[in-house]
Amino acid sequence: MSHDKTMTLTLHVWRQKGPKEPGKFETYEAKEVSPDQSFLEMLDEVNEDLIKAGKDPIAFDHDCREGICGMCSQVINGAPHGGMERTTVCQLHMRMFKDGDTIYIEPWRARAFPIVKDLVVDRGALDKIIQAGGYTSAHTGGVADGNAILVPKEVADYAMDAAECIGCGACVAGCPNGSAMLFTSAKVSQLAVLPQGEAEAARRVCAMTEELKAQGFGNCTNHYECQASCPKGIDVKFIAKLNREYLKALCK
Amino acid sequence: MQLLTSSVGRKVLMAITGQLMVLFVIIHMLGNSSIFIPGGINAYAEHLHALPPLVWGFRLVMLVAVAIHILFGVQLSLENRAANAETYAVKNLKRATLGSQSMLYTGLLLLAFIGYHLLQFTIRVTPDIVAGVDAQGRFDVFAMVTNSFSHGIIAFVYIAAMVVLFLHLSHGIQSFFQTMGWNNNKTLPVIGKIGTVAAVVLLLGYASIPLFIVSGILKG
Amino acid sequence: MILDGKCPTGPIEKTWDKHRFDMKLVNPANKRKYKILVVGTGLAGGAAAASLGELGYNVEAFCYQDSPRRAHSIAAQGGINAAKNYPNDGDSIYRLFYDTIKGGDFRAREADVWRLAQVSNNIIDQCVAQGVPFARDYAGYLDNRSFGGAQVSRTFYARGQTGQQLLLGAYSALARQIKAGTVKMFPRTEMLDLVVVDGEAKGITVRDMVTGEIRTHVGDAVVLCTGGYVNVFYLSTNAMGCSVTAAWKAHRKGAFFANPCYTQIHPTCIPQHGDKQSKLTLMSESLRNDGRCWVPKNKGDKRAPGEVPEEERDYYLERKYPSFGNLAPRDIASRAAKEQCDDDRGVGPGGRGVYLDFAASIKRLGEDTIRERYGNLFEMYEKITDENAYKVPMRIYPAPHYSMGGLWVDYNCESNVPGLFVLGEANFSVHGANRLGASALMQGLADGYFVIPYTIANYLAKTAPGKVKADNPECKKSVEDVNNNLKKLMSINGKKTVSEFHRELGKIMWENVGMARSEQSCKEALKKIPEIREEFWKNVKVAGSGAEFNQQLENANRVADFLEFAELLTRDALYRNESCGGHFRVEHQMPDGEAKRDDEKFCHAAAWEFKGVNAEPELHIEPLKFENVHLAIRSYK
Repeated sequence: MSHDKTMTLTLHVWRQKGPKEPGKFETYEAKEVSPDQSFLEMLDEVNEDLIKAGKDPIAFDHDCREGICGMCSQVINGAPHGGMERTTVCQLHMRMFKDGDTIYIEPWRARAFPIVKDLVVDRGALDKIIQAGGYTSAHTGGVADGNAILVPKEVADYAMDAAECIGCGACVAGCPNGSAMLFTSAKVSQLAVLPQGEAEAARRVCAMTEELKAQGFGNCTNHYECQASCPKGIDVKFIAKLNREYLKALCK
Repeated sequence: MQLLTSSVGRKVLMAITGQLMVLFVIIHMLGNSSIFIPGGINAYAEHLHALPPLVWGFRLVMLVAVAIHILFGVQLSLENRAANAETYAVKNLKRATLGSQSMLYTGLLLLAFIGYHLLQFTIRVTPDIVAGVDAQGRFDVFAMVTNSFSHGIIAFVYIAAMVVLFLHLSHGIQSFFQTMGWNNNKTLPVIGKIGTVAAVVLLLGYASIPLFIVSGILKG
Repeated sequence: MILDGKCPTGPIEKTWDKHRFDMKLVNPANKRKYKILVVGTGLAGGAAAASLGELGYNVEAFCYQDSPRRAHSIAAQGGINAAKNYPNDGDSIYRLFYDTIKGGDFRAREADVWRLAQVSNNIIDQCVAQGVPFARDYAGYLDNRSFGGAQVSRTFYARGQTGQQLLLGAYSALARQIKAGTVKMFPRTEMLDLVVVDGEAKGITVRDMVTGEIRTHVGDAVVLCTGGYVNVFYLSTNAMGCSVTAAWKAHRKGAFFANPCYTQIHPTCIPQHGDKQSKLTLMSESLRNDGRCWVPKNKGDKRAPGEVPEEERDYYLERKYPSFGNLAPRDIASRAAKEQCDDDRGVGPGGRGVYLDFAASIKRLGEDTIRERYGNLFEMYEKITDENAYKVPMRIYPAPHYSMGGLWVDYNCESNVPGLFVLGEANFSVHGANRLGASALMQGLADGYFVIPYTIANYLAKTAPGKVKADNPECKKSVEDVNNNLKKLMSINGKKTVSEFHRELGKIMWENVGMARSEQSCKEALKKIPEIREEFWKNVKVAGSGAEFNQQLENANRVADFLEFAELLTRDALYRNESCGGHFRVEHQMPDGEAKRDDEKFCHAAAWEFKGVNAEPELHIEPLKFENVHLAIRSYK
């Protein structure tokens, strides 16, 4: 657990003042990095040094730091969230690096995610996709008892597998086409399979896929990079499910 | 209309037209392999062309399929490029394959090849063509093909084109099932393997003809 | 001043129904004329904004995250309570009410808690209708698990991500209203001031965190759903952005802060690993269903856990609380862990940890069952500690987790400033001095879905819509104040970073006003906090400018508020000369170390009024009456 030795790493970090400004890599050295530190704690330390030196610290999104809020978003050495299976950046620990390693840190890159500053991007487009139909139109109050409609365990589990999506956008960042199909399909599948969401399934899948296009996301060509990038391991079977739902909707 | 404009609709059209072509490619390969039976291919060609409505019907369907496949293929690729303008300094793809990443290029190369192939063996205007009849008075497909493929460069072009076809189909066949929604986490790896095996079989089936001819095993 | 909670009278089981009838309504056609500002989009804020929007009000919602889906409610793992009594194990609204009052060590208002227990059942139904994938059995019925402080199984859950699923449910309802145009969403927008006009809350001043623009939004009512303040301890299980700022700004504008010393230290967190750590990670309390807490019986035993024979282990919770065992309430479990460690029987680096051992459960149920129940938690534990908890026991230690105290509100969730409503963790209402597990989600959603839609109408019906316009001098003054404050922060250009100050403050708070407090430690903290605050305003360094995306500035502003708030928390801890729930004064304990209340002197909520940064706040008291439960010594033995 407690390692005594520390590491020194070379970081190439994407710095960009604003959405319209040109960006470039800056090089920093991270010293005395403990293997027990998280990746973000390592960046915190780099920032502390930058602030003390009177320089602009690296801006990056983060919040819960326990892998669930979906705020953190960095591409590390070409892999969204660093490429460790089922792990967000905030849960990535420095023990996966070696002393002397060089690390490239970049923001999510996709046309639908304009850069706000440095490693911070605007993911409002994902909210727009949910707003297009990622809900059941249940009113507050006046709904049936929770046990009135039975949902077999297999169905509930399937819905939960899809619902685990944290909306971080790694699927888009990892996709060679900048597509948000995995994100969209997870919500479509969760709600299509539950009896509570079934009634609106056809409208939902059409509205959400239309919005996906309108927001400037690319199209899915089945590279499956999204699943490999997803910190929750959301399965591309949900994209198949979305396609199925879409075809069903077309027949209606 | 949604089918022609939406992200998933166009993808479904790509899948269906692509699969029609795969079907054609399979039939075409089976037909071609009659070259290994003495006199087989000439008989096959004669029987086929005795049914003009079938041939022309088939050609029409394929023409429409090819047109749709190319049109949307190019359109979707351009959109995807625009959606992902900048690339990362370090490339680190995990599941994308050479086939999946090169679909546009392999597709366009195949288009060029189809043009050449039609000019050569269907319209027969390329200089290498030997047009004659066999002992039974049938058009001698066998002699035409063996003569053309005895030119090393032509055989090479054909083999190379089949490698391109393999790349395209290694992604395309399994992709069809995913796009049609006939997939889940259990079938996905199996279908992926079946797609690759089918693509290999097609590669071997097609490439064997120029290979056998240019190497002198199959002689005219 | 004696505060009036405005609780309805009469038999408790009728109070909420009667009150709902007594309250005024707003005509459906008039609703859209009223603008409501909802700050924060967690369970309480998200649910409130969605429900109010659906009713037809004109809602503006604000959050500091880049999307309303990321509020820290998302991190709640274990579950949500409801008195459904599906398992037929003796649960009822009354029992949930009683457990919550008792769990809170008899320091909450009866009527509020009753209402919470009553609407708890509606919450489950609501979430199911939204498509929340709660755990179900093979026949399709909703499944339950047990949680601390209860002897019935009433906790509904969605794997180890219940908070996430409930929040996404509320977020989807909110998304539907945004699409419908009834709610306008302002992400990456932080509230930095409350605008009070003629004594009523009529607006907020915010900073656009992308452009740095400071502007005022005016409305007819303000609903604060801005969460808790335990980041005052620096290391906590809260998200990095959680702060007291919104509540503190409201406090500075006149809203009373009640019981700030009631902070919950959660027993099952991953122990701290080093000085550079930025936050602590919680392991769901549900783990205590199948995990057994133990430490070596011998002091200073440094053997690996596997080498400590059974007879040399002390399963201290089972020993001390035979009837609740490992499911003792959080405050008790936390203190018990601290006792073991103070007694030099702690484990792991620094001896600040106890074991949570699953070996017996794995033997009884099999590894697969344990994996199914807690797989994601074990995975998370391994990521952080590099240890496999299927093979070696987990090490856990208490960490600041939740704040029961908050802005004072009456039964209508309205603060003493008319028009200012406070929901969820940000208010002080239902958890008393200690919150039971799986009750935070319940409260947030109860307030948002089923309380505020009724109670806010009662206020709005008495006020004309659009009374205050954007050109009101109070708005201008508020923007100026905020601007001046930020400018001041930027101009100091000292030598220490914001984090250094925050760490320093956290250390003082944790050591003096943490799990155990004494008169002396509180006084010590009251001496040190103003010193750090003074140094902060002379020596903090904030890089960049205010007119851009500037995380340093955001942080500096939050820490500045913590530096003021910490003093109030400590003052309240010093004032409350008793032990109750999460507030443990070492001078007041039973011979066996349990908390000893003083109902004669402290059976009340202490609400503080702001009188200036370096001035003593004024105390107001709301006496607590217990007519339906007996004030008794809390026993989990």
